[in-house]
Amino acid sequence: MRKVKARGEYLTRSLLVLGALVMIFPFFWMVSSSLKNAAEAFATPPTLIPKAATLVNYRHVTENLDLPRLFLNSISVSVTVTIIQVLTSAMAGYAFARLHFKGKKTLFLVYLMTMMIPMQVIIVPLFIEMRQLHLLDSLLGLGLPMVVSAFGAFFMRQAMTGIPIEIEEAALLDGASHIRIFRSIALPLTIPALSALTILAFMSVWNAFLWPLVEIFSPEKMTLPLGLANLQGEHSTDWPMVMAGTTLAVIPVVLVYIGFQKHITQSFLTAGLKG
Amino acid sequence: MKKDSRVASVLIAPSFIPLIAFLILPMIAAVTLSFASWDLLSPIKFVGFSNFKELFSHSLFYKSLFNSLIFIAGYLPLVYFLGLAAALGLNKKFRGSNLLRAAYFLPVVTSWVVVSLLWKWILNPDGGVVNSFLHVFGIHGPGWWTSPTWAMPSVIIASVWKDLGYVMLILLSGLQSIPPEYQEAAAMDGATKRQILFRITLPLLTPATFFVIVISLINNFQVFDQIYLMTGGGPDGSTSVLVQQIVKNAFDYGRMGFASAMSMVLFAIILLITLAQLRLQKRWVHYA
Repeated sequence: MRKVKARGEYLTRSLLVLGALVMIFPFFWMVSSSLKNAAEAFATPPTLIPKAATLVNYRHVTENLDLPRLFLNSISVSVTVTIIQVLTSAMAGYAFARLHFKGKKTLFLVYLMTMMIPMQVIIVPLFIEMRQLHLLDSLLGLGLPMVVSAFGAFFMRQAMTGIPIEIEEAALLDGASHIRIFRSIALPLTIPALSALTILAFMSVWNAFLWPLVEIFSPEKMTLPLGLANLQGEHSTDWPMVMAGTTLAVIPVVLVYIGFQKHITQSFLTAGLKG
Repeated sequence: MKKDSRVASVLIAPSFIPLIAFLILPMIAAVTLSFASWDLLSPIKFVGFSNFKELFSHSLFYKSLFNSLIFIAGYLPLVYFLGLAAALGLNKKFRGSNLLRAAYFLPVVTSWVVVSLLWKWILNPDGGVVNSFLHVFGIHGPGWWTSPTWAMPSVIIASVWKDLGYVMLILLSGLQSIPPEYQEAAAMDGATKRQILFRITLPLLTPATFFVIVISLINNFQVFDQIYLMTGGGPDGSTSVLVQQIVKNAFDYGRMGFASAMSMVLFAIILLITLAQLRLQKRWVHYA
């Protein structure tokens, strides 16, 4: 009986490891291909590890793309949008959780309903709006629509409703203002929710593709995903070079993921809705 | 109360003003535009329902909807059952289980651009590792994303690979919310492993399963990045989907009104799924 169980467990684990290898293989293949010369990259049978490793593809990709510029654009838009989104979400969340004012229910319902409208549905009018505002092909125009997050306000309201009300009542009796309570009680006590929202907001802006594709045309204003997408040739693609580009783009993501693995998976869970 | 109102408006305005400017107004504009014909250059012209009439007699529109269904039919069972298998296997902690979880989850945090380019290369008809591998066994591999038959499976494979870790995560948290006493009690009563899985674990996992299905349905109708990057909707419209048609009509053909009519259909689908979810949730979800 015991032996059977052990064998079953052994089989399960082998399958899990095999599955993980299949999941990791594309990443391995990406790095491996990026280090091969053109002849070896297309060789049959394929070589797992490059025989004549070369960095020529990395040189080519830096010649074709202004990578520091792309990184800088991506970072500046992602950081700014994330800070604004998280801060405004927390503020609205506090108001919905703790304040009494006329029209609160209706207003909250508006937030809930707008959660159902994805960017894909309003992409055409957003483009027209930016065109009217003369903000097409600008980082400001890129960032503005991504600042909006009805979900964030909803999410922070849930978190702030969970704070024991006695703490705030005591502070109110001591004469603290709501702004003060928000800053020194509500914010510090919802740090887990704030960090989850920060991670999700940052990732969704960092990885955004559809809106940047519509909004940005000039290479010097592109974000990393747009620049990478442009590496594909119209007729033929230099795949080893493309793999060098994607490898460079993935390295920071992997490092951040390793550093914050627990936080990242947790934020995907707590805010599953945003998926 | 009065003081609260003033504070509330200060706190809410910074998120509500952008919400109006970049979500609510565009939504109203999208509804309006769907009844208009506009190429951005000539004056806007209202045309009643003619965009919708054209849409519903447009074969590519039906094909795009049909392709979304094909995508879901291939994607959902694969991502669910593979994600479930991984979750069941990784539910108990053992040495290295965290590392394995990370391996399954890594594609989730990778951007669609990287994932699409990577799989395009892996599934390249000439020199891609899959076909080169098949070649060693004397099999002539298919054209993958260049073939009308294999383009959709190519997109499905890449999508399943990217999302599997997320589905695993949701199901894992579902599994962990099942009190272990249930399974222990059943085991004591002599239930087999299989019986425990099918009679206890899976029924109690229905909330997580339901969530995965709803989220997948909603997301699948909005699929764009991987289609645009891997196939551009081709070859021969075999992977064309709604959002890709919206973008093509608006920004390649300058048909803002027609594209907006398509957006309305997309919104109607999402609304329908959301409403159906609220309705069905009570009926077949078992809570522990």
